[in-house]
Amino acid sequence: MTMGLPCEVKAHPITGIYNGKFAVWLFLASEVMLFGALFSALVLLRAGAASWPHGYTVLNVPIGTLNTFVLISSSVTMVMAWASLKVHDFAKGRQYLLWTFLLAALFLGLKLALEYYPKFQAGHTPGHDNFYGTYFVLTGLHGLHVVGGMIVIGYFLWPGAHLWHENPEHYTNRIECTGLYWHFVDLVWIFLFPTLYLL
Amino acid sequence: MAESHAHHAHEPQDAHGHGGDHGHGHPELPFWRKYIFSIDHKVIGVQYAVSALVFLFFGFCLMALMRYQLAYPSTPLNFLNGIFGERRWQSGFMTPDFYNELGAMHGTIMVFLAIVPVLVGGFGNFVLPLQIGAPDMAFPKLNMMSYWVYVPGGLIMLASFFTQQGAAASGWTAYAPLSVIAKNGETLWLLGMVFLITSSLLGSINFIVTVAHMRARGLSMFRLPFFVWAQLVTSFLLLLAFPPLEAAAVLQLMDRVAGTSFFLPSGLVVSGSALQVAGGGNPLLWQHLFWFLAHPEVYVLILPALGIVSEVIANNIRKPLWGYRTLVYSTIFLGFMSFVVWAHHMFMTGMGTTMSTFFQATTMIISIPSVIILTCLLLSLWGARIRYTVPMLFALAFLPMFGIGGLTGLPLGLTTSDIHLHDTYYVIGHFHYVVAPGTIFAVFAGIYYWFPKVTGRKLNDFLGKLHFWPSLIFINMVFMPMFFQGMAGVSRRLYDQTQYHSGSGVHTLTQISSWGAWLLGLAQLPFIYNFFASIFVGQKVSDNPWNATTLEWAAPSPPPHGNFAAEPVVHRGPYEYSVPGAAQDFSPQHIA
Repeated sequence: MTMGLPCEVKAHPITGIYNGKFAVWLFLASEVMLFGALFSALVLLRAGAASWPHGYTVLNVPIGTLNTFVLISSSVTMVMAWASLKVHDFAKGRQYLLWTFLLAALFLGLKLALEYYPKFQAGHTPGHDNFYGTYFVLTGLHGLHVVGGMIVIGYFLWPGAHLWHENPEHYTNRIECTGLYWHFVDLVWIFLFPTLYLL
Repeated sequence: MAESHAHHAHEPQDAHGHGGDHGHGHPELPFWRKYIFSIDHKVIGVQYAVSALVFLFFGFCLMALMRYQLAYPSTPLNFLNGIFGERRWQSGFMTPDFYNELGAMHGTIMVFLAIVPVLVGGFGNFVLPLQIGAPDMAFPKLNMMSYWVYVPGGLIMLASFFTQQGAAASGWTAYAPLSVIAKNGETLWLLGMVFLITSSLLGSINFIVTVAHMRARGLSMFRLPFFVWAQLVTSFLLLLAFPPLEAAAVLQLMDRVAGTSFFLPSGLVVSGSALQVAGGGNPLLWQHLFWFLAHPEVYVLILPALGIVSEVIANNIRKPLWGYRTLVYSTIFLGFMSFVVWAHHMFMTGMGTTMSTFFQATTMIISIPSVIILTCLLLSLWGARIRYTVPMLFALAFLPMFGIGGLTGLPLGLTTSDIHLHDTYYVIGHFHYVVAPGTIFAVFAGIYYWFPKVTGRKLNDFLGKLHFWPSLIFINMVFMPMFFQGMAGVSRRLYDQTQYHSGSGVHTLTQISSWGAWLLGLAQLPFIYNFFASIFVGQKVSDNPWNATTLEWAAPSPPPHGNFAAEPVVHRGPYEYSVPGAAQDFSPQHIA
C-alpha cells in the first residue's frame, strides 16, 4: 500500500508545504484558468453585443447581496473550523464545519428558490439571450463548485471524521485544503457578483 | 515500508499477469487490485501505454480507410457495404458524412487518446518516479483515478461511432458554428472531452507535486534527467491550458443542449432556413478558446518526445549531452511562450492585422528555443562513438523528421505565406512531420529503450531494424507528397480531391501518399509481433542493459512495488558518460 510516502502529512523542507496543499494550489491555478476563460468569454460577448442589459435592471441584487454575505460568513466559519482543529478542539472544529455546510446549503437554497426559479418561470432561460446564457453558465458552474465543496465538507463531517482519531494532523491538513478550495469558491463569487449583478 | 521494499526486491518478479509467489508473510493484493485498479505507478504506466497504443492503432485504421477514398474515389469496394452499413458505405463508396467522421475522430483519437496518454500517462508514469528515485507518485490513488477517467472518456468517443447519427464530424478542432449545428456525435465528443480534460488535470497535478517533493536525496533540479524536465513543463501546460477548453466545451454543450448561442451569430441560415436561436454569439470565441488549449497542446505532444530522445541519445553517444542547462532553459521558455502563440492558427479568420502581427512575432520567437533544443541534440552527436542500437536509430531519425516538421512551420507562422498555405495539405504535412515521424518515432525509441526495464527482457534487434527502416521510408512516402499537394492548393478536408482542378493535377501524389500509409501499416507488423513475443521469449537482460547512468536503471527489472531495494542517494548529474579516469564509460548517478 502507500503508507509512508514523503510529505504526505509533514511539510517538505524546501517548498514548506505538504503534498496535498501543493496539489490544491495547483488545482486552484487550473480553476483560475477555467473561470478566467469564462470571464473572457463574457467580456468578448458583451463587447460585441448589440444590446446588453445592466445586471441590476434584471437580476435580484438584494438576494445576490445577501448571498454574498452568506458565502463570506461560510468562509469565516471555515477558517474557524481549521483554527479550532489546530488547537486540538475537535468538537468546536466540527461545529464550525457544520456551520459552513449549512451556510453553503443556504446559499444554494436562496439561489435556486429566489433567483433561478422565478427566472425560469418568467421564461428567462439560458437560451433567452447571451446575457442569461452567461449568467446561468457562470453562476451554474459556481453553484456546482459549491455543491462539490459541500460534498467534501460533508465527507469530513461524517464518514471521513474518523481520520481525526487516527491522525489528527492529517485530518487538520485536509480541512486546510478544503478551506483553500472553499475560499477560492468564495472568491469566484466575489468576482461574479459585481460583474453580473452590478455592471 | 523499507522492510517491504527489501523483501520485494529479492523476490523473482513476474511481469506477465499473475501474482507469482504468494504469502511471503505479507498479504498479496488480489488480481483486480494489482493489475486493474492498481495504484502502482508502473502498472498504471503500462495500462496507459497499452491503451494508448491500441487507440493509436485504431486511429491509424481510420486514416487507412480515408486514404482509400482519397486515392481511389471512383473505384468501388462493394464488400464493405455490408460491414459498414447503409449510412456509412453506399454501393461501394464511403459516404461523405462517414469520411468527415473518420477525419474528425482520427485527429481527436490520435491527439487526446493516443499520443498524450502514451507520452505522459505511459512513459511519464512509468519512468518519471523511477528517474527521480521515488517509491511512487505523490498521489497513487489520484493516479489510478486519472487512468480510470481517461478510459470512459475514450469509450464515449468510440461509442459515438455506433450511435444512429454517427460520430463527431466537424474536424478535431470542432469549429463553431458547424459543430453546434452538427449531429449528436458532437455532444458525445464534448462529453468525452470533459472526461479527458479531467484525467489530464489530475495527472498533471500529480506529476508536478511528485517532481517537487519526491526526488531522492542529492537529486537537485539540475541533476534531473532532461526527460523529467520535459515532463514537468508539459504538466504545467496541461494544467493551465486545458481548463479554457473545458470552458469552451461547456459553452458549446450549452449551445447544443440548452439552446444558448454563445457561438451562434445572429441571422444564421442552415439548409435554407433561419436558425431559431437568440443569436449574438461569436464563432471566433470558440477558436480562441480552442487554440488557447490546442497550441500548448502541440508542445505537450513534442516536449516529452524530446525528453525521450534526449535520454536515448545521451545513452548511446557515451558522452554528456551538449548544453544540458540550455536544454532546460529553452524548454521552460518554450513552455511560457506556448501560451501566447495560439492565434497563429487564426490568421485567415479576419481577426485583424494587428492581432496577426502580434501572433506572427511571438510565433517567430517560439521557434528559437525549439531550434536551440534541436541544435543541442545534434551537437551532442558531434565526435561521439555512437552505438547504433534500435532505440538510437529511432532517436536519430527523430531529429531530421522533427526538423522538417519544425522548419515547414515557419511559412505557416508568417501571415503572408500563410494566406496561400492555410488549410491545405501543406498544413497536414507540417504537423504530421512533427507528430508522426517526430513524436511517434520518439515513442518507439522509448519503447525499445525502456522495454527491458518494464519486462526484464529485450526486444529483438533484427525485428527492431526490420521495423525501423521500412517505417522511416514509408512514413516519408506518406507525408512528403503532402507539401507539394498543399503548395498546389489542395484543400485539407476534401472528400474527393479529383473533383477540383488543384486536386486532379496532383492525384498521383495522393495515391503515393495512400500507398505509403498502407505500407507503413504493414511495416508495423514486425513491431507488433516483437512486442508480444518478447514479453515471453525475449532475451533476458540485466537491470542495466544499456549501461545507463540515470536512476531508473538502479532499480531491479521489472521494479518491484516500492521500486528501489534501498532509497537511492544521488551523487552527480544525469549524463556522466566517459568521465576521464573512471573505471567504466558510465558513472551512474547513485554510485558514490
